[in-house]
Amino acid sequence: MSYIKVSEKGFYGDFGGAYIPEMLHPNIAELKANYESIMADPVFEEEYHALLRDFVGRPTPLYLAERLSEKYGATIYLKREDLCHTGAHKVNNTVGQILLAQRLGKKKIIAETGAGQHGVATATVCALKGMECIIYMGEVDIARQRPNVERMKILGAEVRAATSGSKTLKDATNEAMRHWISHPEDTHYIIGSVVGPHPYPDMVARFQSVISEEIIRQLQEKEGINHPDMVIACVGGGSNAAGTYYHFADNEKVDLIAVEAAGMGITSGKSAATTALGTPGILHGSKTLLMQTKDGQVTEPHSISAGLDYPGIGPLHAHLFASGRGRFIAVEDEEAMKAGIDLSRMEGIIPAIETSHAFAVLDKIDDLKGKKVVINLSGRGDKDLDTYIKWGKY
Amino acid sequence: MQRIKKLLNEKDSDLLSVYYTAGFPNLEDTIPILRSLEKAGADLVEIGMPYSDPLADGPTIQDSSTQALNNGMHLQLLFKQLEGVRSEVTVPIILMGYLNPIIQFGMEAFCAKCAEVGVDGLILPDLPMEVYEEEFRPVFNKYGLFNIFLITPQTSEERIRAIDEMSEGFIYMVSTAGTTGARQGVREDQKAYFKRVEAMELSHPTLIGFGISDNQSFTEACKYSKGAIIGSAFIKHLSSEGADEASVQRFVDSIKQKSSSLN
Repeated sequence: MSYIKVSEKGFYGDFGGAYIPEMLHPNIAELKANYESIMADPVFEEEYHALLRDFVGRPTPLYLAERLSEKYGATIYLKREDLCHTGAHKVNNTVGQILLAQRLGKKKIIAETGAGQHGVATATVCALKGMECIIYMGEVDIARQRPNVERMKILGAEVRAATSGSKTLKDATNEAMRHWISHPEDTHYIIGSVVGPHPYPDMVARFQSVISEEIIRQLQEKEGINHPDMVIACVGGGSNAAGTYYHFADNEKVDLIAVEAAGMGITSGKSAATTALGTPGILHGSKTLLMQTKDGQVTEPHSISAGLDYPGIGPLHAHLFASGRGRFIAVEDEEAMKAGIDLSRMEGIIPAIETSHAFAVLDKIDDLKGKKVVINLSGRGDKDLDTYIKWGKY
Repeated sequence: MQRIKKLLNEKDSDLLSVYYTAGFPNLEDTIPILRSLEKAGADLVEIGMPYSDPLADGPTIQDSSTQALNNGMHLQLLFKQLEGVRSEVTVPIILMGYLNPIIQFGMEAFCAKCAEVGVDGLILPDLPMEVYEEEFRPVFNKYGLFNIFLITPQTSEERIRAIDEMSEGFIYMVSTAGTTGARQGVREDQKAYFKRVEAMELSHPTLIGFGISDNQSFTEACKYSKGAIIGSAFIKHLSSEGADEASVQRFVDSIKQKSSSLN
């Protein structure tokens, strides 16, 4: 049985599905009926890959981090998604979905964003294709990710504040879904992570799978091997992790490490460590693990990184966790910040704070020695300067 | 006899269904509002089970849900409040809410509780027809609960027929593409949609909801259906005019009065 392949009804093991209000049924049905055939169309593929090459700047390098490797006694490669146009892996998905939206005849695009990376990546492709673009973003995130808000506006997108609940990614997603309910015919919703109703988790994972596809080729060239021993990625909703794991998920020789945000500590009440704190339930149209009260109300998460500040994970990751296929480790705000500084000073790369979580985990894995490891460097830290400055310990 | 079925057998037109959120504006208002609604002449009552992330709801019902949750409302407590209510009210009661709190409660335990306190039906917008059919239909049937399905202007004729087939009681006809909330008037395209569904001669009656807010929109909706559902406008009224019996009476009168005089 495959870990990465979704069932006909949209399930990974016990997780997934499409628990959507009737209002969204036509949109989801349309997407479900068309996404596989569109993605398999050679003309689409060619256009998608041409944009990834010439617009996004792919393939991104697989970089041997020598000083980091020396420190941990392992061979550590960094998959440089931070070098993608717009500064993170998010654009792999938005390029794909905008082409798909065009083929579905949609005229307008909406999206949610947490850190603003997906918002910027969506605004970017909308500018590229001349499509109207509205981005929903939590009020709290608008304040802490100011540069990305301005980037979206410069690109011509309208940024709308989500002011309900915790005013972060979860609420931005709610608002985007409500907008879609109200504009069902001419609008495509570009979800930025492997969350939401089927077929979104599968579709987004496929668009991000270019990451592991390239890793395989690059490791072959550099090391003469078909797969690494271990891949590491941070998980909020889980799109960069899905892309990093994609071609390795069914190869049990590859250890999949998923790094969640513990926030101020798993038991602090201010955390976003979904697998540690979550239970099965339904969030944003999908059965998955989510943080909730015993009465089934969704809990407000906390992470210093806006992109990981989400009370659920994609159903694929819930399945990787529940089946034991993935190893989930939580990293606290402080540990992540320190790891971000370490990477900056050891390798000359300032990572996004989301990505810093993936590096902090190196101190928590005791079987690193001698291994060939790939860490997905999912985004760069330019957007996070304010948070680094506020934290101040460098 | 199932109270929803009985009502539909007895009354043929101008049914008024009123929605409000349990535990709003105050935690203990749930039952007094129910009593007042029956007394004021509501034909059906929909009680909202507040949820943190109500995807199909606009700002008014979202805010009332947040306030109800802050007041301390949860499912166990709602059932406790509803205990014994059938000794004083006979109006059909429908619970409306989202799937996650119910799944945490346990679907079978939830349905058993509904039957025990005298709930007649459920409206769960994020429970798709397919999932209901595969997983939950037997348990709804076991406890005599009607599952009320939604249709929208975008629902295909084929799907409306399938929903009609699976429905019991009535079909909730969402008046427009959108979330819950009061709107002005009834547009021509909405009328065309109402007529289209009316012409399908479904085996179940429809009640029109979303955007029905006053006598005018209620009357208009009743031309094309067996009745209409009012939610957000009532929530707003409770906020501004209070939740006492006289206030509830005034609201129901304001909706019904002219429609009865027009007849």
